[in-house]
Amino acid sequence: MILEVDGLNAFYGEQQALFGIGFGIDEGKIITLLGANGAGKTTVLRALCGMVRTSGDIRFDGKAIAGWPTENVVRLGVAHVPEGRGTFVRLTVEENLQLGAMIRRGRAAIAADIDRVYDHFPRLRERRRQQAGLLSGGEQQMLAVGRALMLLPRLLLLDEPSFGLAPLIVEELFRILREVNRDIGVAMLIVEQNAALALELAEHAYILETGRIVLDGTAAEIAADEGVRRAYLGY
Amino acid sequence: MQLFLQQVLAGLANGAIYAGMALAVVMIYLAIDHLNFAQGEMATFSTFIAWQFIAWGFPYWIAFAAVVAVSFVGGIAIERVLFKPLHNADILANLVAFIALFSILNSADGYIWDYTIKTFPTPFGTKPLFGSVLIDSHEAGMIVVIGVLLGLLYLFFSGTRLGLAMRAAAQNPASARLVGIRIGWMTALGWGIAAAIGAVSGMLIAPIVFLDPNMMFGVLLWGFAGAVLGGLSSPGGAVLGGFAVGIIETLVGTFVPYVGRDLKLTLALLVIVAVLMVRPTGIFGRTTVSRV
Amino acid sequence: MTTPQQETVPLGAAVARPTTRLTTGHWLLAGAIAVALVLPFVFRGFVIFQLTEVMIYGLAILGLNLLTGFNGQFSVGHGAFFGLGAYVTAIMMQRWNVPYYWTLPPAGLVCFVVGVAFGVPALRLRGLYIALVTFAAAVALPQLLKFNFFEGWTGGVQGIVVNQPGVPAFLPVISADQWLYFFTLAVVLLMFWGASNLAKSRSGRAIMAIRDHDIAAAAMGINANLYKTLTFGVSALYTGVAGALSALAVQFVAPDSFGLFVSIYFLVGLILGGIGSLWGCLFGGLFVLYVPNLAQDISRGLSGVFFGLIMLLVIFVMPSGAAGFARLAGAWVRRRVAPPMPPPGRANLAAPEPSGSIGPNSANLATTPVPEITEQQPVNMEAPNIRKPNRLGDRK
Repeated sequence: MILEVDGLNAFYGEQQALFGIGFGIDEGKIITLLGANGAGKTTVLRALCGMVRTSGDIRFDGKAIAGWPTENVVRLGVAHVPEGRGTFVRLTVEENLQLGAMIRRGRAAIAADIDRVYDHFPRLRERRRQQAGLLSGGEQQMLAVGRALMLLPRLLLLDEPSFGLAPLIVEELFRILREVNRDIGVAMLIVEQNAALALELAEHAYILETGRIVLDGTAAEIAADEGVRRAYLGY
Repeated sequence: MQLFLQQVLAGLANGAIYAGMALAVVMIYLAIDHLNFAQGEMATFSTFIAWQFIAWGFPYWIAFAAVVAVSFVGGIAIERVLFKPLHNADILANLVAFIALFSILNSADGYIWDYTIKTFPTPFGTKPLFGSVLIDSHEAGMIVVIGVLLGLLYLFFSGTRLGLAMRAAAQNPASARLVGIRIGWMTALGWGIAAAIGAVSGMLIAPIVFLDPNMMFGVLLWGFAGAVLGGLSSPGGAVLGGFAVGIIETLVGTFVPYVGRDLKLTLALLVIVAVLMVRPTGIFGRTTVSRV
Repeated sequence: MTTPQQETVPLGAAVARPTTRLTTGHWLLAGAIAVALVLPFVFRGFVIFQLTEVMIYGLAILGLNLLTGFNGQFSVGHGAFFGLGAYVTAIMMQRWNVPYYWTLPPAGLVCFVVGVAFGVPALRLRGLYIALVTFAAAVALPQLLKFNFFEGWTGGVQGIVVNQPGVPAFLPVISADQWLYFFTLAVVLLMFWGASNLAKSRSGRAIMAIRDHDIAAAAMGINANLYKTLTFGVSALYTGVAGALSALAVQFVAPDSFGLFVSIYFLVGLILGGIGSLWGCLFGGLFVLYVPNLAQDISRGLSGVFFGLIMLLVIFVMPSGAAGFARLAGAWVRRRVAPPMPPPGRANLAAPEPSGSIGPNSANLATTPVPEITEQQPVNMEAPNIRKPNRLGDRK
């Protein structure tokens, strides 16, 4: 199992936001965290990356990483595409991708990977020398995912990738994510409000409510259960 | 007319130094959002070390290189020891640390090397450049050295991975961490580079203004003024601002009556303020749009 | 989700006024004043002078505090107002034979006007830039004072010697130093009281709102520009009055006494005392008076080094200043004296989870306790067992 979380609590200052979260992700599998606004989904991703104070157990590839600073977690192979994408808006598209590979060595391999990213996201290739801040929302999202992939991650964390994007773009994005998962075998943890889409992509799903996991099951089961969908997922 | 041209070139030469200091100030500002008030004292201390090396018999350029290296390391050390523990504290707590650093360095170099004014050698000589009365060889040398330095820095930041990492860390620390950059060390590196720039500036201006513990105070002020004029968020702007204030200072000093050495400083600061009234973020500064 | 039952309060019902109870703060203040009244009879002349100076610096720092701590604007130039106030007093007393007590209001007024004059351009500039402007003022003042054009008034480089204020006839036998101490104490107490009232008033709240978020404050109808300008003026007034008192205490004013370092000392004193704290100003005053001398005593040649080291020591130990430190200490003491109740069933959070299984939380939901109910943490509105965990399908 590439990621195991056990009894995870997270705190913003004195406020506790997560209560005893526990789940796991197998190598190469896609799971999704669902739930309403404020349920704590983003906090889970932040907790995994050491961006908030936590207590409890987090194991990545067997290593205990709870309390590690963000940079060190990233260096293990965890790529996080945060809320708001975190693009370096004043740098070019190409520089953003280069930054994704900052901790890697090997110029040729990195250049080849940048090319591969452009293959997945052709629109970015057209804009490679433009300032990233000038890209549209969808393009910035693709850039963010591309940058994350440059890390050659073993685990990809995506925080609301569909946020603010037109439906067609979102479909394209998710299709690419499925492709990438198939080609590279990178495990994914996707936080989403658009449950329908996420359940199509993921294999397993957890539903969060006010900082606790209230439900879990395979994506198919949850998608099929109308009662659950109405109660927690709004459709 | 000849006097005017002469003064403009002299102003450019001084301006080169101010540009260097302005760049050093902006580098640290971009990294940590604070102005390093002790930048001048660090430069003075470095220049004293250089003076000492030369007094001990080392050739000029060897001493020069050694001092740049020592200053680089020193800048990193100061950041790691003094400012890293305070990086979560209030901006004003950091301010106290800057003031303390200023006080320590100023007092230390006065104690070690005393307050008598010293001459500092120049490798360029002070003869008129190619016989021209417009500019002498040291002033020309200043412009060339700073120009080379700025060029190297530009190449470093735009063309190397480390330079890219530093830019990223300054622009968006949170995202930089998400690609694995150790932003603490990027800040330290910024300090090291700023200290090295300061050392070069100090060694270049010392032959003109003579070396004493308070040598860089006025220079740093002009560096600040240049950085503010050009825009604190723009390294290029800061450099241009530095050249601009150099020219302003020299011209005002030469052509405006009743303005002695001390009042010159105040007057020019007021000129800067006037500019800021028109463009609050400096000429090339970016107006930051902050979300409410 | 259930909403808690609320008592409906009829409109217009009398709201109970908070009674002014004597708090620990009040007792401390009374005690401090009592001690202050006694001190000049315990110590001899020079120490009385130093105590007077502490109060004067405290007042000057209070002026800076009003601007920086309460209104969030930056000034590295308050030494200029200090010097200005001092010179107004000196000139009025020595050139125009005005009695010393009448020089205080004009000193304050002049500084108020100059402060407002600074406040206007400051409106357009953000923090750092205001700092530079005030910095220019601090650098400029000594130069202006030495300027030949004004020499007739300012006495140029030599400055002005000020007569010591005499003891009023109606008072019992006390020394001139002691009288000056009490005079200063009265003025300082009055002005601290004024500042305290200002902080608690509507205007004070407006001023602090501007500090916290000036755009939001303006959106709420506060005339931010007016308040910011006036605050600059009041801040300058306070420091100016302190300067006036300083002229009386030192009995000498000269341009070099009011250089940039005075502004820096005030700023450092303010920060080390604790921004936004009235008591902190006194700590700052103490620091400004004693630490430079202490550093010189340790080593004449390296006094700057030791001054810097002491500053670093203080700021590392107390990053939020003495006031912040006192707050933390008070909280620590309060926690020892009355510890919060241990939360029920806390041990369960550490209960071992079945390892390696996906979704273990469903089982734990029934046993997860309500988190510790303290003032800081929100009470968990949803009792755990309202939503029964629903296990779908087979668990892996």
